[in-house]
Amino acid sequence: MTPDEEERRLAVQRRNARVMAWLLGGFAILMFAVSIAKIGMRHS
Amino acid sequence: MTTDTMTLPADWRDFLALTKPRVMTLVVFTALAGMIAAPVPMHPVIGFTAILCIALAAGAAGALNQWYEADLDAKMKRTAKRPLPAGRLDRQSALHFGVGLGTFSVLLMGLTTNVLAAAILAASILFYVFVYTIWLKPRTPQNIVIGGAAGAFPPLIGWAAATGDVATLPVLLFALIFLWTPPHFWALALFVKTDYAAAGVPMLPVVAGERVTRTQIGLYTIPMAIAAIAPWPLGLTGAIYGAVAVIATGWFALLALRVATRRTAESDTMRPEKRLFAYSIVYLFVMFGAVVVDRWLA
Repeated sequence: MTPDEEERRLAVQRRNARVMAWLLGGFAILMFAVSIAKIGMRHS
Repeated sequence: MTTDTMTLPADWRDFLALTKPRVMTLVVFTALAGMIAAPVPMHPVIGFTAILCIALAAGAAGALNQWYEADLDAKMKRTAKRPLPAGRLDRQSALHFGVGLGTFSVLLMGLTTNVLAAAILAASILFYVFVYTIWLKPRTPQNIVIGGAAGAFPPLIGWAAATGDVATLPVLLFALIFLWTPPHFWALALFVKTDYAAAGVPMLPVVAGERVTRTQIGLYTIPMAIAAIAPWPLGLTGAIYGAVAVIATGWFALLALRVATRRTAESDTMRPEKRLFAYSIVYLFVMFGAVVVDRWLA
């Protein structure tokens, strides 16, 4: 693999990792919100 | 396959393309309409999560469909640029992605809403992959008739997520999408017939010819129109839905009648077929939009 190809491979990996981080962060927030909503529904 | 595609890891956009995002918009919209039409109001966070699960499940079904049909997609101009036939993604990754996403969506639906919604969601994925993609599509020209049921599940799931039950209105909405699918797809199949023929997919125009397909489009429009208008006289929706249903379905029937009774010449541009196909997409949005507006103003 040439240095240029290696650089492109790393760029794709970086992009994918960033998207995955956003998705995992979003999922964590969603789970938190669902838990709060469920607790609220049980008490109403 | 180029060296680039061999060495470069798949981009996240290729995984996104696997989920057929354009199809997903209709799925999400009809599911949302089913949910809003339900008599039980849903907590916004739970409702959002349920819609997300339905979208993810549709994405999973789309990914598994592309995983199974990669060779077929390579033969058709319309699908040759998808990530798998273009060599930007390997099949195993697509399979793992589809199974993972599908499992995740069903589990999340079960945990946040109820078992019935999760069960119908799982059934819709399995139906689309095993009954439609693997069993019916390569074998029979009636593939999209029965396979259309897979795309008809979303309003039923939306309703079930809200109520934990199934009632007449979501069943009629299911019937509307189920009966809308044949005229919608056969209108498309009429003008991309050569593509399907090249790929060896036994679509109705390829197997039975144009005349039969046109007749079938006309015939399926009749029960579709009944299912579309029925919620109003049955008292399940108000006059707003009724008026929209009569006008929008009437226009659909006129376009379908034009296609059903037409004979084509050698170098036909297929304009009526293209118009019916384009309008059929708008039609479903209008009908489900009317369900939502009717419920809000009721």
